[in-house]
Amino acid sequence: MKVRVTLNVNGESREALVPTHKTLLEVLREDLALTGTKHGCELGECGTCTVLIDGEPVLSCLALPVEAEGAQITTVEGMAEGGRLHPLQQAFAELGAAQCGYCTPGILLTARALLAERPSPTRQEVKEALAGNLCRCTGYTKILDAVELAALRMGRQEARA
Amino acid sequence: MTKKEFAVVGQPLPKVDAWAKVVGETKYADDLFLPRMAYAKLLRSASAHARIRSIDTTRARALPGVYAVITAADLPGVKFGILPVSQDEEALCAEKVRMVGDPVAAVAAVDEETAERACRLIEVDYEPLPALMSIFDSLAHPEARIHEYGDGPNVHKNVALQFGDVDAALDASHLVREDVFFFEGNTHMPMEQHAAVAHWAPDGKLTLWSSTQTPHYVHRVLAKVLDTPAAHIRVIATPVGGGFGGKTDPFSHEIVACQLSKLTGRPVKIALTREEVFYTHRGRHPVLMWIRTGFTREGDITGCHLRTWLDGGAYGSYGVASTFYTGVINPVTYKIPVYKFEGARIFTNKPPCGPKRGHGTVQPRFALECQLDKAAEQLGLDPADMRRRIVAEPFTKTANHLTVTTIGLGECIDKVVEASGWRDKRARYGVSARHAPPRSTKKRGLGLACSAYLTGAGTAIYWNDMPHSGVLTRADRSGVVAVLCGATDIGQGSDSILAYLTAEVLGLPPKDVHVHPADTSLTPVDLGSYSSRVTLMCGMAAIQAAERLRDAIFKAVARKLEVSPAALVARERKVGVPDDWDKAVPFARAVELGEAMHGVLAFPGSYAPPKRAGKYKGGGVGPSPCYSYSACVVELTVDEETGAVELENVWIGHDIGRALNPLLVEGQVEGSIYMGIGEALMEEQVFRKNLHKHPSMLEYKSPTTLETPEIHTILVETDDPEGPFGAKEAGQGPLLPVIPAIANAIHHALGIRIDEVPITPDKILKALDLKRAGKPARVGPERLPLLTFKAPLAVESAFGQPAEAVVSRPFAS
Repeated sequence: MKVRVTLNVNGESREALVPTHKTLLEVLREDLALTGTKHGCELGECGTCTVLIDGEPVLSCLALPVEAEGAQITTVEGMAEGGRLHPLQQAFAELGAAQCGYCTPGILLTARALLAERPSPTRQEVKEALAGNLCRCTGYTKILDAVELAALRMGRQEARA
Repeated sequence: MTKKEFAVVGQPLPKVDAWAKVVGETKYADDLFLPRMAYAKLLRSASAHARIRSIDTTRARALPGVYAVITAADLPGVKFGILPVSQDEEALCAEKVRMVGDPVAAVAAVDEETAERACRLIEVDYEPLPALMSIFDSLAHPEARIHEYGDGPNVHKNVALQFGDVDAALDASHLVREDVFFFEGNTHMPMEQHAAVAHWAPDGKLTLWSSTQTPHYVHRVLAKVLDTPAAHIRVIATPVGGGFGGKTDPFSHEIVACQLSKLTGRPVKIALTREEVFYTHRGRHPVLMWIRTGFTREGDITGCHLRTWLDGGAYGSYGVASTFYTGVINPVTYKIPVYKFEGARIFTNKPPCGPKRGHGTVQPRFALECQLDKAAEQLGLDPADMRRRIVAEPFTKTANHLTVTTIGLGECIDKVVEASGWRDKRARYGVSARHAPPRSTKKRGLGLACSAYLTGAGTAIYWNDMPHSGVLTRADRSGVVAVLCGATDIGQGSDSILAYLTAEVLGLPPKDVHVHPADTSLTPVDLGSYSSRVTLMCGMAAIQAAERLRDAIFKAVARKLEVSPAALVARERKVGVPDDWDKAVPFARAVELGEAMHGVLAFPGSYAPPKRAGKYKGGGVGPSPCYSYSACVVELTVDEETGAVELENVWIGHDIGRALNPLLVEGQVEGSIYMGIGEALMEEQVFRKNLHKHPSMLEYKSPTTLETPEIHTILVETDDPEGPFGAKEAGQGPLLPVIPAIANAIHHALGIRIDEVPITPDKILKALDLKRAGKPARVGPERLPLLTFKAPLAVESAFGQPAEAVVSRPFAS
């Protein structure tokens, strides 16, 4: 059985006709061509497919699109604004926090949710926020460094504004 | 050259592909969608060992939405394997399955779900055979042969090499230690599941996009198993979402996607599930080890005899190389005058093991470094001082005829000893010096270990005299420089290294250099992203190509400026004479002059390693242009009540030769340490009732941010004459020492020896119980397999001989 869903993704209203059991992850990737969202297990174990729904990190492999109707969905494609990278994206690129890059979108979005809630997190708080996102390349060190750098820069921006 | 003379090299620059990765634009294999594309699924065996009586695909074919169903009968029936000596795999099994997960049939359908449903409609009639799930089972049941080839029933490979009279050396030793260790298998678990898209176009030409570390070998295998000229096949390696050796073999799913595309006339995508990735494996071999080493009173090694038994799983994969690797690299680290190695790889009905980060050398490194710790204790020596004393001599040969060049290990040891506060903490922590409050059950410990690793395998997988790496660099009047190279970026940054080195030679910012990798139609051959070979081999080829381009441009600019080409330099996007820089020509203009003088500017660079393999059978595994060295100190606490280990700090000194980009080197080192920690404490690829015990990312325990300690990386530069601008590898070597360093730190904390990994809390508690009962406080393997090794090939030890003064390297000029 198929159902028509209207999703607000990255500030745009998008429609899709999808089987009812198709996950948000699959709809984003296959129906809306937003392949920036990756899959690592499709069982809610690795955090790779994390997107934001109304600012909260959600594992898109466990979410159904109908549940997200009426909410604001943010994927990695929606992080940069007007061609300007989000400070997290900038810091991840500068510090080598993305090696193979496959877990990067999920980690960026989880970190963004953290910084929205806690603009100056301690390293331990960053670690706890990202504990559900596996990365096999980096040993996490550069990722934690990049989140801290982005938080610092965002704090400075805030102070200037 | 000193560091100051470089413009790009040594700078902590972002990777050239970092920007695409942080915005989600990088296209991995499963991100490709082609018009009319069909989706494929494999039907895999649920039986560990069985004969296939029949396969009935009638019901699957009748399912609406199914385009094609194939079995072995629909393929040319040619076996394949990564090594020429182990051609034992089938894209779809014809007569027999040898493990749970072996592919027996495949479906292409309108979508993945339909393909899955069709797979469930295929009926396979199996005649069960005994499932041999351990090396003991396999050796005890020679009648139930898994393969018909090899060095005996269920013995894939049996090797024995002897370099000098080890028995005599040990007889004359002050101390001889004999220890047994076990290293459990574990798997790569890359975040990206393997995926491929095949398109057999109407012109009869096939293109395969695949998540592979070795497009060149996939190209060769496709030609062979599909019975199609290689000239009609194009393999493109998409950016790989993590490899670690797990995407280094050619795989069934790649071959099947191609054949289904041919039959359906559509592009076909196949993407493995996470469970399939666990069964595809090719990961760390479980290895049992027996090691006997002699020492002088002062701690010098007099000789070493090592035996290894590898649990290979159901197929050959890289196993012959893995077997040799368990024996040949240890002598590169320390002075070992005489050496004997015996090893055997045994087939079992489990997913095949292969190359995982540190390929075959991680397990014997664990054994040797734990044994050295035990010997130091017996001799009353500090483990760091003892190792410092026995570090191998630079520019000499090892007992087993490997040539070592620069060795920064001594400095690595000194630096981690100093940074970690080794001397102070060794005295304060540990069983004898109680530092923790008396009632705390948490005990602290500090452990150290060292290692060495190759910077690229010195011989190719198939025998040939051609380059191991090729680069084609072109420039035109726009000022653009394009680098074409077969290398595959698996996250290690090979695209970036190609850009940096080319930019360095041509005096450009890396952004001006466009890198086009890993496309067998467009790019010169590179053998693949394995054995830590890419930075060195592709790097040397890239430098050669860029220098040739620069020479051509210099000739033209020299004529224009009426100076000698030798007076010119390229820097700051200009070409000119340093003392007369006002007249320097912009790079784009310089290329224009070059094009006008020479025509199209396109130059090849080729690299093959120096020919230094030992002249004995088996001498081809182990040689490398140069070796990286690492020393590691681990600081941890162990809870006596729960057996839980908490890592606090890891200090790692790594001899990188030269850090072409320190940020990327640190990233490789940190990732290696992390992966080593997982292997040491939790990761295991184990089986229950013929099935993988935990083929999921939740149950296959790996470290998260919370289990990964602070990692302090110290880079030591030795400027190796074999490497590009002196660089050596960083991607694998630093994984090795952390595992024994953890084991040694646990011993320091509690006075117990856990002689097998992973070191889980139950083993620690068991050892503590033994200790309390006054028994030897050791947990480790208790028995060894009954297997007769070959009579060893006796070769004279080359220990201490000077390295050849003149190195002959093909294609160097």
